[in-house]
Amino acid sequence: MAGDTENRRPFRWHIAVFLAPAVLVYTAIMILPLFGTLQLSLFTADGHQSRIFAGLDNFRRLFFDPRWSATFWNALWNNTWFFIIHMLVQNPIGIALAALLSSPKLRFSAFYRTAIFIPTVLSFVIVGFAWKLILSPLWGVAPNLLDLVGLKSLFVPWLGKEEYALTTLGLISVWQFVGIPMMLIYAALLSIPDEVIEAAECDGITGMSQFWKIKLPLILPSIGIISVLTFVGNFNAFDLIYSAQGALAGPNYATDILGTFLYRTFFGFQLQTGDPYMGSTIASMMFFIILTGVCLYLFAIQTRLRRYQF
Amino acid sequence: MSKATHSLPRTIAAHAVLIAYTVIALFPVVVIIINSMKSRNAIFRTPLSPPTPETFDLVGYTTVLAQGDFFLYFQNSFIVTVASLFFVLLFGAMAAFALAEYRFKGNTLMGLYLALGIMIPIRLGTVAILQLMVASGLVNTLTALILVYTAQGLPLCVFILSEFMKQVSDDLKNAGRIDGLSEYRIFFRLVLPLVRPAMATVAVFTMIPIWNDLWFPLILAPSEATKTVTLGAQLFIGQYVTNWNAVLAALSLAILPVLVLYLIFSRQLIRGITSGAVK
Repeated sequence: MAGDTENRRPFRWHIAVFLAPAVLVYTAIMILPLFGTLQLSLFTADGHQSRIFAGLDNFRRLFFDPRWSATFWNALWNNTWFFIIHMLVQNPIGIALAALLSSPKLRFSAFYRTAIFIPTVLSFVIVGFAWKLILSPLWGVAPNLLDLVGLKSLFVPWLGKEEYALTTLGLISVWQFVGIPMMLIYAALLSIPDEVIEAAECDGITGMSQFWKIKLPLILPSIGIISVLTFVGNFNAFDLIYSAQGALAGPNYATDILGTFLYRTFFGFQLQTGDPYMGSTIASMMFFIILTGVCLYLFAIQTRLRRYQF
Repeated sequence: MSKATHSLPRTIAAHAVLIAYTVIALFPVVVIIINSMKSRNAIFRTPLSPPTPETFDLVGYTTVLAQGDFFLYFQNSFIVTVASLFFVLLFGAMAAFALAEYRFKGNTLMGLYLALGIMIPIRLGTVAILQLMVASGLVNTLTALILVYTAQGLPLCVFILSEFMKQVSDDLKNAGRIDGLSEYRIFFRLVLPLVRPAMATVAVFTMIPIWNDLWFPLILAPSEATKTVTLGAQLFIGQYVTNWNAVLAALSLAILPVLVLYLIFSRQLIRGITSGAVK
């Protein structure tokens, strides 16, 4: 808030005026509630409308109390698996598509770019329901398609089976968001100067080996950014699971991730009543997980990756 | 460039892969839209064929328009998105200008403070945000949503716009100062028009997550009068889950406005991403 403090020199009011609205809204709606939530996680209800300080008891309950810990570790593991799917499927596909799109003189590349990015602008609700219908055994779009290639026997109601549901949802989410790594890598590939590529070609490095040896090392910083964006997005996900499987994240909590767990805990569902204190505790855990990921990226990865300045 | 990268088989292979992926990307959207215009029997018998004169039926759309209050939901989404966008761009540009133009104590610190929200999602503060809105009586109002989305959009907006504002020439601003323009006029008259392209990019980035969000409408404004179209579609589909015509029509109605807006702004959006605005 340096702009608002009194200065020895004539105070430049316009700086404060320019900064004030953004800083006020941002602080009041984002930063203070974030710390408020962290603070609430240290309290618990005493049954008389007031709250009592509980120290780290809520966290202890979350980790060790059998009523909470099973759900929590299940959600955390599911969330991790969700993230792993994105890293293993979404980012390689995105990089491959970007590499194809960035080849010079490729025709219709604007069309491909626009079309492949379409799922990314749709809401989770649309995506979740659309895929739920397409994969539904009632409708039969998916079995019909498999029948075309003679693989009808492979069809399973993927979203309804405990062992497949989470992976299926992960792949749906990959389908939706592959456009983001594609665009960012595409931008990074375009920014590689022609001289570097020409020099490689003079040395006889072309095609695939050119991609692996020249371009990939140059776009590593962008891959780092994509990874951390994916991490934050995945550990904060909620909408897709909620639209496709409901707040209970069925079948039998097989698709429960931290976002749906937070929602159920905070608002209550069916027999369980809402608990803002345990809700805050889960939100705080999500905050710490995301913060750890971002810090790991900033200090461990980004400082080691050399940025090439052209 | 060498021949190896442009040989015919390679080009054909590249197109084949890209076409295949484009089909994967568009297939679900196309299936939903074509089936929304068919009769119930045709939806189940021939899900993959486009509507023919015999199977063409708009019963789904009439159900949706008769049952759900979709016009109201659209209006709510529209008000929330436009108002949030306006405040994000105005407040964000003002703060970005202050950070980019003036040297004052704590400038860098303020920049970092505002950038914090790019990486930390506002959702994590939901418990306290709800308490705040309850305390200030804003639950079930569009104002609550507008406030939250303004706060959510500001960090990225300030970050991107301040990069662009640093590029506006000092000579121009100093010429304005010599002519006796106030700092406010320099900002509104000289700088804002020059960063308009960057503002458009920020606008598109800010708009999509706001329009599509389900979390905050569900928590802060679930009442009938304040439902957004995303929440409305979600509840409507949950309710009419066995009426396939209605569900498909509701999905199509939710897809179409976003699709049209995207096709109008896609060049802006893609140019914004590829110019490195989100790095």
